Amino acid sequence: MTAFTINGRAVDVAAEPDTPLLWVIREHLKLTGTKFGCGVAQCGACTVHIDGEPTRSCQTQLQDVAGKKVTTIEGLSPKSNHPLQKAWIAEQVPQCGYCQSGQIMQAAALLKKNPKPTREQIVEHMDGNICRCGTYVRIISAIQRAAREA
Amino acid sequence: MTETLQLHTSALSRRSFLVTTGGASIAVAFGGLPDDAFGATVAPAAKGNYKPNAWVTIAADGTVSIISPASEMGQGVMTSMPVLVAEDMDADWRKVRIVQAPADAKNYGNPGFGGAQVTGGSRTTPGYYQMLRLVGAQTRKIILASAAGMLNVPVSELTTEPNKVVHKRSGRTLGYGDIAKTGKLPDPLPQATADDLKPVAQWRYIGNPKMTRIDVPSKVDGSAKFGMDMQLPNMLYGAVLRAPVQGEKPETIDDAAAKAVKGVMQIVPLPYGVGIIGQTVEATKKAKDLLKVTWTNSSKVRSYTSDKLLEEYRSIARDLGKTGVDVHKEGDAPAAIAGAAKVIAVDYLSDHVYHATMEPMNATALVKGDTVEIWAPTQSPSITQGFGARMAGTTPDKVKVNTTLLGGGFGRRTEGDFIVDAVSLAKAVQGRPVKVIWSREDDVQHDKYRPLEAQHVQVGLDANGNIVGWRHRIVAQSIFARTFPAQFEKGGGQDGSVTEGLEFNYHVPAHLVEYIRQDNGQDVGFWRAVGPGYTKFGVECVIDEIAAAKGVDPLAFRLELLKDQPRARKVIETVAKMAEWDRKRDGRALGIAYSDAWGAHCAQIAEVSLNRQSGEIRVHNVWCAVDPGVAIQPLNIEAQMIGAITHGASHALFEQINFVNGEVQESNFDTYRVMRMSETPDIKVTVMPTPENPPTGLGEVGLPPTGPAIANAVARLTGGVRLRHYPFLPERVKAALSA
Repeated sequence: MTAFTINGRAVDVAAEPDTPLLWVIREHLKLTGTKFGCGVAQCGACTVHIDGEPTRSCQTQLQDVAGKKVTTIEGLSPKSNHPLQKAWIAEQVPQCGYCQSGQIMQAAALLKKNPKPTREQIVEHMDGNICRCGTYVRIISAIQRAAREA
Repeated sequence: MTETLQLHTSALSRRSFLVTTGGASIAVAFGGLPDDAFGATVAPAAKGNYKPNAWVTIAADGTVSIISPASEMGQGVMTSMPVLVAEDMDADWRKVRIVQAPADAKNYGNPGFGGAQVTGGSRTTPGYYQMLRLVGAQTRKIILASAAGMLNVPVSELTTEPNKVVHKRSGRTLGYGDIAKTGKLPDPLPQATADDLKPVAQWRYIGNPKMTRIDVPSKVDGSAKFGMDMQLPNMLYGAVLRAPVQGEKPETIDDAAAKAVKGVMQIVPLPYGVGIIGQTVEATKKAKDLLKVTWTNSSKVRSYTSDKLLEEYRSIARDLGKTGVDVHKEGDAPAAIAGAAKVIAVDYLSDHVYHATMEPMNATALVKGDTVEIWAPTQSPSITQGFGARMAGTTPDKVKVNTTLLGGGFGRRTEGDFIVDAVSLAKAVQGRPVKVIWSREDDVQHDKYRPLEAQHVQVGLDANGNIVGWRHRIVAQSIFARTFPAQFEKGGGQDGSVTEGLEFNYHVPAHLVEYIRQDNGQDVGFWRAVGPGYTKFGVECVIDEIAAAKGVDPLAFRLELLKDQPRARKVIETVAKMAEWDRKRDGRALGIAYSDAWGAHCAQIAEVSLNRQSGEIRVHNVWCAVDPGVAIQPLNIEAQMIGAITHGASHALFEQINFVNGEVQESNFDTYRVMRMSETPDIKVTVMPTPENPPTGLGEVGLPPTGPAIANAVARLTGGVRLRHYPFLPERVKAALSA
């Protein structure tokens, strides 16, 4: 059993210690907002926060988060009202939407450390997250809007 | 295993639709205008007995449930189709709940697909537009008739406002909910004709620049449910180890180590691979890596090596003695070219590309005797039903399909292979649902790629540089031959998906388009903007090559060739202004391209720079002007253009699948490069609606012009260096520069 905290809730998971955290979150804890995209930390769809740091959950093993605090898209804000979530709606960012949980979690970590990022800082920070629908232009606008309005 | 399926569905006429009561089983979301954007939730269809037709149910509280017939894969149809019904029935959009259609082609099939429930080919909007507006108009007439009975006044004295019927003379109103509560459906039900449709000036929702997408709120908080997200009681997991080369079968299977993995329940040999069923997803993945399988060595695809094959295709394209089918013939182009003062003869080539939907292939199935239930991110409930029935040995009517949200489609999810996996494994554990998940590597290496293709173009010019004849030969495998074999035969070997875009709006006196089909055994499939994705590369770059030979401005040259095409001229003139076409840039150049594919008019200008040492192209800006006819959701049209331009730039610059002896060499995003944020141009879009024209589909329209605009910009930057092979890899750019 591995104990950790997810979205403020204490959990004890019986999966094998080497199980990717991604599958623990999605299939054991049924929090399906975190997505499987590539399995090799190339796309960012599985991004969660571990003790506040944006992390690819597909490359993190269950045993690595023992005693730690994990936050997923479901736990980002109490009422889906994080400034980024509001900005994402205002800018109508998502198309298929599959990558957007990872994009938002990645962006949230940026704004926490750097509330007023430049365009270049946004692009550098977000470059590991792929969006196949091609919503990058609106993602940049939404992060800028959230930084402005937060 | 051959993965072909013929569609046997009845065609629905555009003007008439069946008035039946239709139940909706799963609801996906409901929503409204920006003010209540947080309203969307997953909710069942509102209960109500007032069902004017198969599409609409009204509840006593005024909630209007409307069926969404197409698959939502990012293109916005879950909003734009129900909006059409809501508009003409005068529903209050904030009270609309949208319900995903069950597999029921009879009621919800696309008239533009011969009545099949398939989402693709940019056919959703043009196929359903008139029909859904008529559904709305008929619903309104039924509501009015019910209200007339309740108020005891003639129908002619009644009008509607959103969600209510108004009797001006007496000042009385009836909410749609009141009518649903006690109103009686008229018998017979009134029918609607085009005369009943709301005039453009009265539209509230169609064309409204504030209309947002109803699925967006659920996509920012993780609550949107994709196929991958299915969770069912007693659900098991499945994985499939596929043969490395298409057509090979497992010969020997050593599953001792795989079976020893904790949680693995069953190993299931399949005609094309080996399936694993387990209690956890991680167990099936581990077991898959531990399977030791030898494969047969007899597939024709073993000789499929893409770079060699492309050279063969090029030779065939150039060899005028090799004939195929005439796709388009106007005048005598070969004779005109033979008599021309000058002939431009060039080849345009493109490699295989992969779909790379962000959600890898997956499906969940439950088999109980002769009944099957499938939950899948599919572009086609009809095809899913067919494959489900075949694999389970039952009939399509016993197969229930639940269409989830799709994490990208791009044509990939019209296929049945991931459905076959899920049903095959579910059959082995009767009564328990199985969710089969492909790894990204499976997804990259077992795609139905866009065809490899070579074009040979000859254009004859007279002494003044005017075009006298245009001959365009394309060599590629066929998609239709595999997916719609009967129609392919009936059509005499034409494949409109492969050759689309070679006919054009430009005025040329003689024009011949020929398709020389190859069959090399490897499956190829639909992709975003399949044919025009490469045919417009050939067409639009050749237009620039002619302009250069003539010594004229390529933008002005297009306007001249489009004299009788005012809509085309307008998008080109608009994009020229947006980009300041005549302004010189330091170290950068502009290139233009235009596409008439799917009946839309789309012009783009790309601004590029080039690192001559590394061969890397940088696309800084893309400007786009598009005339889609009626623009149902302008805000979403802009998004579709931005997305398709990004996709178009990505495939033109980076994307390439290489086969060596039938095996795909790329395996994940580290080897299959797609565009990232740092490489994305800034994109500006002008949507130019012409409401007097029918609406076109818009998921694909923005893609074809981007690549040729980039190539044309590079040529203008470098004094005429032409890039004629997708993708523009740095080594290809360097080779072109030093040629």
